[in-house]
Amino acid sequence: MIRAGALFAVLALWGVVTYGNRALEVINPALLPTPSDVAAAGVAMVRDGSLFVNVGVSLLRIAQGFGLAAAAALALGILVGLCPPLRLMLEPIVELLRPIPPLAFLPMFLVWFGLGETSKVAFIAYTTFFPMFVGIASSLLRVDVMLLRAAASLGATRAALLRHVVLPASLPGIVVALRVGFGLALFVIVGAEFMGADAGLGHMIMEGRVFFNPAQIVMGALLLGALGSAVNALLLATERRVLGGRAPS
Amino acid sequence: MIAKSPQHGARRGRGVFLSSLTELMQWGLRGAALPRRRGLALRAGAVLGFLALWSLASGLVVLLKLFNPIFLAGPWLVLGKVLELAVNGQLWVHVWATLERVIIGFGTGALAALALGLPAGYFPGVRKVVEPVVEMLRPIPPLAMLPLFIVWIGIGEGSKIGFITYATFFPMFLTTVHAVQQVDPLLVRAARSLGARPGQLFARVILPAALPEILTGIRLGVALAFFVIVISEFIGAEQGLGYLINDGRNFFLVPQMLGAAVLLGLLGYASSALIGLVERRWLRWERSAST
Amino acid sequence: MGALGLDVSALPAVSRVDDAPRVVVDAVGKTFGRGFGAGQVLADIRLEIRTGEFLCILGPSGCGKSTLLNIVAGFLPPTSGRVLVDGAPVTGPGAERGVVFQEYVLFPWLTVAQNVEFGPRLNGVPVEERRRLTERYLALVGLTAHAGKLPAQLSGGMKQRVAIARALANGPSIILMDEPFGALDAQTREVMQDELSRIQRVERQTVLFVTHSIREAVYLADRVVVMTSAPGRVKQVFTITLPESRDRFAPEFTRAESEITRVVKEEVAKVHE
Repeated sequence: MIRAGALFAVLALWGVVTYGNRALEVINPALLPTPSDVAAAGVAMVRDGSLFVNVGVSLLRIAQGFGLAAAAALALGILVGLCPPLRLMLEPIVELLRPIPPLAFLPMFLVWFGLGETSKVAFIAYTTFFPMFVGIASSLLRVDVMLLRAAASLGATRAALLRHVVLPASLPGIVVALRVGFGLALFVIVGAEFMGADAGLGHMIMEGRVFFNPAQIVMGALLLGALGSAVNALLLATERRVLGGRAPS
Repeated sequence: MIAKSPQHGARRGRGVFLSSLTELMQWGLRGAALPRRRGLALRAGAVLGFLALWSLASGLVVLLKLFNPIFLAGPWLVLGKVLELAVNGQLWVHVWATLERVIIGFGTGALAALALGLPAGYFPGVRKVVEPVVEMLRPIPPLAMLPLFIVWIGIGEGSKIGFITYATFFPMFLTTVHAVQQVDPLLVRAARSLGARPGQLFARVILPAALPEILTGIRLGVALAFFVIVISEFIGAEQGLGYLINDGRNFFLVPQMLGAAVLLGLLGYASSALIGLVERRWLRWERSAST
Repeated sequence: MGALGLDVSALPAVSRVDDAPRVVVDAVGKTFGRGFGAGQVLADIRLEIRTGEFLCILGPSGCGKSTLLNIVAGFLPPTSGRVLVDGAPVTGPGAERGVVFQEYVLFPWLTVAQNVEFGPRLNGVPVEERRRLTERYLALVGLTAHAGKLPAQLSGGMKQRVAIARALANGPSIILMDEPFGALDAQTREVMQDELSRIQRVERQTVLFVTHSIREAVYLADRVVVMTSAPGRVKQVFTITLPESRDRFAPEFTRAESEITRVVKEEVAKVHE
């Protein structure tokens, strides 16, 4: 399969570059960790349990922050979809906050909530809320008028339209918004754990810099990549089950 | 708020919560398009309302002594701080430091993305070589690589710029490849049967056809650059808007933190808008086709 | 055989149509926009549709025929006049006026069977009765074997058949069809016309059918209403006295077609002036 072949090719490339560097002593070998260096670092982390702790802590923060934001985005998104005046009022505020990189508020969150778990969870929640909210609201608003008309001429009342047309029709868009939000959470958690954290993958990676251990950095990065891929695959599979054989609307 | 239309039947009432059936049938959940001036006025109103609410909240905190008021600095404090920095010249130093990093980092990333992306999109051979590496690195959040850059290049400008280059390269590279790949093969056939040689084909057909998506990718790259630069300026920087934000942490200089964040947002927005402008001018042909 | 070209004032009773008018379009007018840029699309439309009648609205593009259908369906309010269905004025969409759209508009997350039973389900019909209805109408349109499929798996013609079954299953007073075969290729279109003709002979549903194809109108309709170009008015009403099962190549058919074509052409010429 292509994936396995690509993986092998990259590993081979990595090996060639790093072992070659070691042999030819071009750059300080510590800066260019070989696959075995990284593997050794990984094994050490498994042995002392720190791997699981860090992965677990990061995942927990993501889960909590994302969960909060998703619930809020769903509630508010549906509300806004149904209430045009509310939408008009909230839209400019969202537009105001959107261009500001969420990471720019990270220190604010540290000031507000201190250095503990709350600040990280709150930060993840803030970061993921807006894109999910916008995505959910817009998929509700985009429901095809013709579907509404078809249901109405079969006797649907407004409440029935909501339950039987609007929600099922906007479900794919909602699911996509949630998936994007989760991806964003994974993206920023690292950054959030660089400062003011004493556990988590981001912290682990930052430690690798502080103690001049690039192998640890690479290990952390690979873990993140693996985690991200795994979760993404899971979400895609769930998406496919929930949405069945629908053609994209 | 919705444009009034003659309602047939007895009910004249408009549903505020979920539009009336008549409106739903005509415009769906979107509602009627608002006349332009009205929409603008409403937006301005909402912005002012937001600022008013913010001021009110921070004012209340002071009055009722809810918590230490520095945690919720009112908009006037933020503005004041920004102006203060502007007047004593410090602001420009920081703004320029950030911009410089973004421009060089993003510029390099964009050039690399085009230099590698265009051939990769066009020649399957190139793609096969580059793709595995890209696919491996893609799931890894770029932020995770920042410490690596610092270890490699040291804590100065180099690592920051290198990091931005790295972070912006991938999405721009991928969109460029995709843009070239999705060029309508019929266009290529038409050009070939008009006698186009490979060089001409690329420059006059494929490049223009791929340009819209490439420019979109570039616009996203700029946004990403601003997105990631903050965090690189938190660590080991003496200047820059990100530095200002993090530095404010030490002495709870919230107005400084918020002010710098807002400025950053403005810069990012302006850059995206600039590229949007370029897009509109160069891609006029595309718009008239779709409208 | 083959008397044609009667106008509005003298409507002979054709044997298979009941006497009481099911739907009355009473002086309906529609203007879009306001003030200077306003455009009047419909003017003073008066029509009566009898129970079991298949009425076709025919006209050049822009004559407002789809707008008229949307007004009868309750999707648009008229600017003047009103529509009465079974004596009651129309104030919005409702189950007594079923619609078949040109773009099918099936619910993509529901199967064929679920689409067909959508109306009865909304209106509280018990499960057993719903199942019976669904089976009956799926059989009528010939899609029993595809009951469990999703719309994405169907061809255009099949989708439209589901749409027709869905509308019929709800037992409406009238079914409104807005160029339902417009999105289909020529062969499928003719097949669907045959299907619809056959279904109509079984169901005797009251139908308002909008089309711009004269051939289609002559093939399917009991009466054909030709509309003028904008602002649309009723130009002329033709009663088709061909037998229920029609032959597209019979001389009577062709005569009716030519007669109507002549009238329509006058209006088309105006559009292009």
